[in-house]
Amino acid sequence: MATNENPDKSGVLIDAPSGTATAQCWSCGAMRGAHYCQECGKVQPPAPVDYFAFFGLPYKLNLDTALLERDFYALSRRLHPDINARAHSREQEWSLEKTSQLNDAYRTLKDPVSRTEYLLRLQGVQFEEQSKAATEEARRSGTAKKQAVPSDLLEEVFELNMRLEEARLNKKTGEDDPSLEQDLRNARQNLVGKQNDMVSALQSSWNQWDTLVDRAASGTRIGDEDRDAAINRMLSIVNRRNYLRNLLREIDEVLER
Amino acid sequence: MNRAGGKTAAREGTRSLVLGGPGRNRGNAALSAPHRQMTTERIIGIDLGTTNSLVAYMENDRPVVIPGEDGLNLVPSVVALDEHDQIIVGNRARKYLIETPERAIYSVKRLMGRGVEDIQDELKLFPFRLADDLAPGEVLRIKLGNKTYTPPEISAFILRQLKRNAERYFGAPVSRAVITVPAYFNDAQRQATKDAGRIAGLEVLRLVNEPTAASLAYGLDKRETATVAVYDLGGGTFDISILKLHEGIFEVIATNGDTHLGGDDIDNLLIAVALDDIQGDLGMDVRRSAETVQTIRKAVIEAKVALSSQDETVLDIDLPDGKGYRRRITRQQYEQLISPVIDRTVGPVRQAMKDAGLIPAQIDEAVLVGGSTRIPLVHKLVENQFERTPHAELNPDEVVALGAAVQANILGGGSEATKEMLLLDVTPLSLGIESLGGGVVKIIHRNSTIPESATEHFTTGVEGQTSVAIHVVQGERELAQDCRSLARFDLKGIPPMPAGLPRIEVKFLLDANGILHVTAREARSGKEAEIEVQPSYGLTDEQVESMILESFDYAEEDFQKRQVIEARNEADAILAALQKGRKDPAWQQLTVRERDDVDKLENALKAVVPHDDYRAIRSAIDALNQATMHLAELMMDSAVGTVLKGKTLETADVGRGPASPHPIAKAEIQN
Repeated sequence: MATNENPDKSGVLIDAPSGTATAQCWSCGAMRGAHYCQECGKVQPPAPVDYFAFFGLPYKLNLDTALLERDFYALSRRLHPDINARAHSREQEWSLEKTSQLNDAYRTLKDPVSRTEYLLRLQGVQFEEQSKAATEEARRSGTAKKQAVPSDLLEEVFELNMRLEEARLNKKTGEDDPSLEQDLRNARQNLVGKQNDMVSALQSSWNQWDTLVDRAASGTRIGDEDRDAAINRMLSIVNRRNYLRNLLREIDEVLER
Repeated sequence: MNRAGGKTAAREGTRSLVLGGPGRNRGNAALSAPHRQMTTERIIGIDLGTTNSLVAYMENDRPVVIPGEDGLNLVPSVVALDEHDQIIVGNRARKYLIETPERAIYSVKRLMGRGVEDIQDELKLFPFRLADDLAPGEVLRIKLGNKTYTPPEISAFILRQLKRNAERYFGAPVSRAVITVPAYFNDAQRQATKDAGRIAGLEVLRLVNEPTAASLAYGLDKRETATVAVYDLGGGTFDISILKLHEGIFEVIATNGDTHLGGDDIDNLLIAVALDDIQGDLGMDVRRSAETVQTIRKAVIEAKVALSSQDETVLDIDLPDGKGYRRRITRQQYEQLISPVIDRTVGPVRQAMKDAGLIPAQIDEAVLVGGSTRIPLVHKLVENQFERTPHAELNPDEVVALGAAVQANILGGGSEATKEMLLLDVTPLSLGIESLGGGVVKIIHRNSTIPESATEHFTTGVEGQTSVAIHVVQGERELAQDCRSLARFDLKGIPPMPAGLPRIEVKFLLDANGILHVTAREARSGKEAEIEVQPSYGLTDEQVESMILESFDYAEEDFQKRQVIEARNEADAILAALQKGRKDPAWQQLTVRERDDVDKLENALKAVVPHDDYRAIRSAIDALNQATMHLAELMMDSAVGTVLKGKTLETADVGRGPASPHPIAKAEIQN
């Protein structure tokens, strides 16, 4: 996954948590951790690592966010450009790059859904284009948007889309239709409820995945079917959640919340 | 020896022979305070405000504002060209606003990082005069007299004044600074501020967001965890920032604002009312008379300030042709008039809270920053929005500069007071790339902690295409044309290949200042692509370099030479004052011994002035000052006695130092 680049040629740049450090600090020669030298504190060159590895975390989805925040603060105190403002320009560049990596990693792992999406991407999943940009582009060009409607929502979504079109037309002509607006508000309420239902679904899909990780760590070989089942379960929850989020956005836009 | 002004109150009982003002600030700090002779150069913190600017530094464990030569902490952000085409900055420039308004400018911060099309509304409300020969797409230039300057150059004059004030105070050169900017400033506005610093001869180590800086000043002593909302309403800009404080870490969660909303807008409302009144009541249309409008502005500001503590006031303006305009304004009328302006802050506050995912009950403390937060209506609004009484213990005019000084200290390696402190700020606006069809693809979202980077991949659309154009914008809208154009990048040097084959990796990095840097490489060949940047509103590096050269007046910039010139000026002043003093009856009241001492030291000073020995001149001035203290006191007492006849010192406002509550009023006293 990560390609190793080695600017100082004195050892292999590691991309694993600090516990398995094998390389030496470029400044004082001591054995170094991934981010900064445990001995002399100097910032180490950046390496292309995934966000879990950056924090020295296993690839599990249940995560202690309080601990993550503590690590984020602790690493910020060492890596931030402000703290390294008097260092050599090369170190300052490293600190800038490392801190932006840190910020990215923290932001992604902190939020449950982005954490899940990220792990799925690491597992090779290609996401359908669910973004708002795609929605806009599709609407503007008149082509159909590539998006799978969750099957149990088909009828509901069909009705909702009709109402949304009507409401958009009303906006253009300046007409007011309070009962239509109320329908949309009810639909919104309904969808928010469905979104909330998903929180526990997501949690149990995490447990399913984490169990596999634990079994793999203890030496058991994990079959493709088990792995794929866990992944697909998370994927369908995430897709559904994103779909609902986009719908809610469209409703909010029309209702101008 | 009296070193008055700033945080130290004017000491009673000592008088300087050089009368007038609360006592000039001395560079002789070098003599009387040897610890200030620093071998390591200090980093200063600067608040470059719309209405007033300040410079501060960390003295041991407390940030301290550095006063100007006139002993005042606030330097009005006013720049004028005097009769000899010399640049005047600050309090001394304010009279030119009224006397020769076409040779003076205020609130230049409103023009930083903006283009001609952006400022059309501004031009209706402010007396900015654009250069006649401005070409479309060129950086703004403003007329001062018969010269023209870009906004960064004008801001540089202010920064240079602050730099000098600091150098005089330290008795040592200063070349590095932290400068604050509104949190909601976009890339162009930030870059313009950095350019201004460079032109002024300062290496800008960091741009810090104003609300974040204010929170640093407030949080200096605090080590607990708290969620804080900072409401910063200044002369021209409004920011709202929500922060989480945790054991010395100041983490911004969300920020929002309006870079064209502030006290100026309130002033303009009042001016419009006065102009309409004058036209209606007196049949005079004075809009075309720049001097009259400025006179009205000055009166309107005084009234605004008065209404913060009084329930009513009178606008009293002298018009041309001996006419006069008087109007009583009650606080109620005033509040009714200005509430639409104040209410414009509600939207950004709500959005910031929404982005932070918080409700008012979850905010532990609200903090008021900026001169305009003295207005009782603003106080009420903040109290309503956050459901608690906001903090205003620190001077809202000074708190940002104090915070900048704290950050300067952190960057300089920190000290006992700041060793646990770290700022984690965010970018206020989303960064996006214009896509085919005119939409925006957001690559960095607003309120992302900075530094922050995003990598995007591009390819060519045509066979053999060797360059790719990218348009980067900032903002939240869906269409690129509704966002702020940041820059257009041309990635050049792509090896010719079939269309769609090249894989160009572009990295967008927002640094800790919130300014964008772009690097690119063609992934297959690994070759670094050449990037040509066209900033949409800004100076190129070459332009800044030539401005630095143009503004460099060797005799003046050379710190040592300048010290000698300033010391000589002071020597002249004290010798002239002594001339007068000898003619005063008080001279006869001195003992023979005292008069002998004065004569001797006067001669000693005269002997040393023609030479270039700054130290010698300095100590001769101090010695003479010391020797003439008694004379000065005697003269002062008799002058006071003659003028006051029955009033006490308090009611006569004698010896009132720079502790008055309003910045504008304070400046007026010193004219």
